[in-house]
Parts: sequence; C-alpha cells; structure tokens
Amino acid sequence: MIQVEGLRYAWPRAPRDCLTLDGLRVEPGEAVFLHGPSGCGKSTLLSLLAGVLLAREGSVRLAGRDWRELSGAARDRHRADHVGYLFQQFNLLPWLPVLDNVLLGCRFSRTRAQRAAERAGSPSAQARSLLQRVGLPQDSWTRAARELSVGQQQRVAAARALIGAPEVVIADEPTSALDAALREGFMDVLLGECRAARSTLVFVSHDERLAARFDRALSLPDLNRASCGAVA
Amino acid sequence: MTSLTGLAAASSWNRRGTLSLVALSIALATLLLLTFERVRLDVRENFASAVSGTDLVVGARTGPVQLMLYAVFRLGGATHTIRMDSVRAVAQHRAVAWVVPLALGDTHRGFPVLGTTRAYFDHFRYGERQPLALAQGTPFSGDLDGLYGAVLGAEVAQRLQYRLGERIVLAHGSGSLPGSEHADKPFTVVGILARTGTPVDRTVHISLQALEAIHLDWAGGVPMKGLAIPAEQARKFDLEPKQVTAALVGLKGRAAVFNVQRFVNEFEGEPLMAVLPGVALDELWSVVGVGEALLLALSGLVALVSLAGLVATVLAGLNERRRELAVLRAVGAGPRHVMLLLAAEGLLVTLTGVALGALAHLATVVLAGPWVQAQYGVTLNLAAPSASQWQLLAGVLAAGVLASLVPGLRAYRLSLADGLAPRS
Repeated sequence: MIQVEGLRYAWPRAPRDCLTLDGLRVEPGEAVFLHGPSGCGKSTLLSLLAGVLLAREGSVRLAGRDWRELSGAARDRHRADHVGYLFQQFNLLPWLPVLDNVLLGCRFSRTRAQRAAERAGSPSAQARSLLQRVGLPQDSWTRAARELSVGQQQRVAAARALIGAPEVVIADEPTSALDAALREGFMDVLLGECRAARSTLVFVSHDERLAARFDRALSLPDLNRASCGAVA
Repeated sequence: MTSLTGLAAASSWNRRGTLSLVALSIALATLLLLTFERVRLDVRENFASAVSGTDLVVGARTGPVQLMLYAVFRLGGATHTIRMDSVRAVAQHRAVAWVVPLALGDTHRGFPVLGTTRAYFDHFRYGERQPLALAQGTPFSGDLDGLYGAVLGAEVAQRLQYRLGERIVLAHGSGSLPGSEHADKPFTVVGILARTGTPVDRTVHISLQALEAIHLDWAGGVPMKGLAIPAEQARKFDLEPKQVTAALVGLKGRAAVFNVQRFVNEFEGEPLMAVLPGVALDELWSVVGVGEALLLALSGLVALVSLAGLVATVLAGLNERRRELAVLRAVGAGPRHVMLLLAAEGLLVTLTGVALGALAHLATVVLAGPWVQAQYGVTLNLAAPSASQWQLLAGVLAAGVLASLVPGLRAYRLSLADGLAPRS
C-alpha cells in the first residue's frame, strides 16, 4: 500500500537533507506504529506520505501512485480519495458543526462519497453511524466543533479520517492531547474501525507504550539516516 | 464549487462580528457613491426640466450662467435691471412669438416673489413642454380690479398652508430687515398652481403692475418718509412697469434663434444679453463638473479605504487560521481551494456591504427626499439604479473581488509553505 525507496528530503533553503530513508513498505490493512522523539522528522515523513511535500530524490508511492508523478491538483485528488489524516490536535474546523466536519472527508472526493454511500446509503448516514461508533452523544452532532472537549474532538477527527473507507489512515500523535483513560478508548476505536474498514494505518507517536497494539512497530531514528536537528 | 461557497459562508458567519463591521464600512461607501450619483443626476434633471419651450432668456449683461440662475432658478440676485422699453422692442422683432417679462427681488416668508404678466401662464413651459396648470382658482387678472391678486406655487401653498382668499403680505428684498414689509398693501391668494417639481413651486406670482404699486412710496429700498399711498389710491397712479429683471422669449421658429440673439446682444438702447437656456446649462455643468469630479473621487477613496479594511481584517485573521487551512489540505483541498475559500469570503463580505449600501441608499432617498425637496427644491427620484449607478456598483464589486484576492493569494502561499504542519 505504501512503498518508500531511496527517499531524500530537505526543507527549502536548508543546507542538508533532514530525511533519508532507504526503504519502507506497508502492506494493505497493516497497522504500523512509527516511534520517534519529537524533532526526528515524523511530521515531515507523514507530509511526504500524504503527498503534501515531495521527495527531493527517490520515490514515495501510495495506493499504486508515485506522488512525484502527479500534478499538484492530481495529488490533492489522490490524497482526498485515498488518505484519511489525523492531527495531534486542532483537527476540526472549529466553527463547523460536528456532522459537517466528519463530512469534510467526502467533500473533496467523489470516490469517498460514493464508498460512504455504498456502505451506509449516503455519506451523512455513514457519518452518523461513525459518530455513533466512536461514542459521540447524538445531541452534540449539530453543535459547532469548538464546543466539544479535546477528547471528543479527536473522536470526531477519527470519524472524519475513516469516512468513505480510505485505503490509508495517517495519524500524527493523535493521542498526545488525551489523558490515559481517554487514550485507551480512542485507540480501541481507531484500531477497531481501521480493521473494520480494512484501512492501512500509519500511526506516529513518541509514546512507546502504545506500540504493543500494532501489527508492527518501527523506530524512525533507526530508519532515518540523516539527523534532523530541530525541525519538527 | 458550491461546497466551497458554503464553507466560505459558514466561516464568515463564524467571524461575523468583525466582518460585519467591514461590511458596514463598505455599505457606507456604497451609500455615499449611490446617493451622490442620484443627487447629481436629479439635480441635473431638475435644472434641465425647470424651463422648456423658451428659446432665449434676455437680461442685463452678466454671465449666461448667472442670468439663468436668477431668472429661471431664483438663485442669487440680479445686479442690474433692464428697461421695459427694451423688452417691448425685443417683442417687436418679427421672429418673436411671445415675451414674458420677469421682475424679481421681493419675497414672502423666504419664497421669491415674481412680478410678471398673464402671458406667463400661457407661454411658460417646463419638463416635456408641459404648460402650467392651476390646481385651484385662477391666474391674477392683470387689470386694476384684481391688482392685489397673487398666484402661489404648490410648495408655497403647502408649506405655509395657504388656501384661496388668504391675505398675505410681501416683504421688500429678502425680508430680513425689520420694517421692510409692504404691510399697507396686502395681497389675496387667487390661484394655486399644480406641482411641477421646478422652482415655480416655490414662487409667489403677482402682476408687474402690483409690484409697481407696492413700490410707489418706496425709494432706495426704504419707505419714503412722509409719503404713504394707500392701497386704493395706488390704482390712480401710472402703474406701467419701467424696469424688469429679465424676460423669457419664445420664437415663431427655432431657425431664427441666432438672429434674435444677435439682435438682442447688439441692441442699441442699453447693453442686453440673450442666452440659450440649453447652452447656459451646459456651461453651468462644466463649471459644476469640477466639483462633482472631486466629490466622486472622494467617495471613491472612501470605498478604497473600506476595501483596504476588508483586506486588513481578513489578512489579520489568516495567521490564526493556518490550522484550519492545514485541516482543509489534509482532507484533500488544494492550495487553489484554499485561495478560493478566502477570496469567496471577501467577496461575500463585499456583496453584503454593497447590498446593504444599496438598501440604505433607497431608504435615504425615501426618508430624506421630502426634506431635500423642501430645502433645496430638488426632487430625488426613487428609481431603479441608473446606468452610472450600476457602473459604480460594479466598480465597488470588482474592486472587492480584487481586494479579496490579496488574502486569497496569501493563503495560497501559506498553505503551500505550511503543508500539514503550520509553523506559526
């Protein structure tokens, strides 16, 4: 599902590469834990996987396409169709109602809107069923996202990443803002839903205790042969 | 991209507090531009319709604009009078069909008093060559029996709530000095004219003989000491007017207009001047045009300032919204979507502002129209936007679109540079 070969990346105007990765392969349906302290290039790698940044050298393939072969607009479409993305925090448009935030995942991709409709009848029907499964009380669905607690917001973000069953879900420390109790519940929901949708999960965190729940755990500092310095 | 517009609307609604202030300032600029243009158009229309069917206006030598202003629009005062003999001589010209002498100078409670002849009611035309019509009563008779009869313009009658038979006293000059009233010779309202939307509405009409009569015992602007001629006695005097302020001239055919104009301008008895009303108006507009252009430029500046406010507001909010942009990028929005989103936001605010401004403009015309009519004699039309007003609206909108592109482009650059990790 994801293949990285001979990747080199440097931030614009940076004197040397901050990410050098010989190879990384993630199989369809696999749940991979990427571990690394902050500043080791985690976010940069995820941006490269999601096709927001482009490799200087080497190839990053996702769902059969090399990001570098696609035009800017085609990359945006490819990302919308195949990638669900989860941030550490601030995942939602704060002024948009919860349900519409979930539907954002379908807004820029007809493919995902179609897949959501196949599974639940309509995108908004799937959004509702996902919100139910991540355990968000129904009376909060029409409220603006900013009125929710951080834990609830992350659950909504998970629902958005999962709507329309994208092939790949990329999660960038989604639990770091949650306390221990919420964290466990969130991990259950995320892993369970990814498995149910047969989505590949790439999960990055500095919290090694989570690693046990994944099919495979990798250490980014081991993979990355360049030292990043202070770039997050 | 209907979904983007929806997002833009929701996002703007979220920041409605700040944005509505910006929309308000755009509304004010729009109001200013539209109202200024409406006033400009209607003033021109009012002036242009104040006199029609008159081929020449004859008066003492001044500027053509000045002659028009006091003879037709009752603005300002005449510096010199012309002799009635001269007016008669002009009337003798074979190309001349009619002559209406006009004598101005007195007032009644701020409204100008016009001394003229019955020919005024037969020949004066306004607007689309419409004749004067009496709403009530008759014209003054023009003979000695009806010497002290007055015909009121519609506005005079309405404002002062006069009816037929009302006794009114005229004041000498502007009536601002105490004791300058012709109290010994009151007039009776014999007729009230239908509304015309021209300076006629603000005029009190009396006969030239009556004007002569009330000034029999006056000299040099004050009553003569020891001489008082009662109203009845005045009829025994020679009341033929010697001097008037100006005269309206109608020709038998338009072709002779320059001939007659030359005849008047080269008149040997005294220095006279004849102007074509249309030409004089054109001259007036070219004088006024400079001021108009300046006012329009100032209104345009106000519009620019409010659009600059729009750009500043959206730009200032942009930094805090980099997270939002990253979220949008993560769900597959391209940088161009982000740009469109921001531009749509600016456009929405501009549209709201322009719509509000247009409504405020209409409200202004409705609410302030009667006051402007009473104060300045200019009728403001509640009409669909004129071509020039549409142009102004389109101009504001176009400038709004351009201004909205500024934050749009900035967002485009930011979302390219930030990717999914805004560094703020």
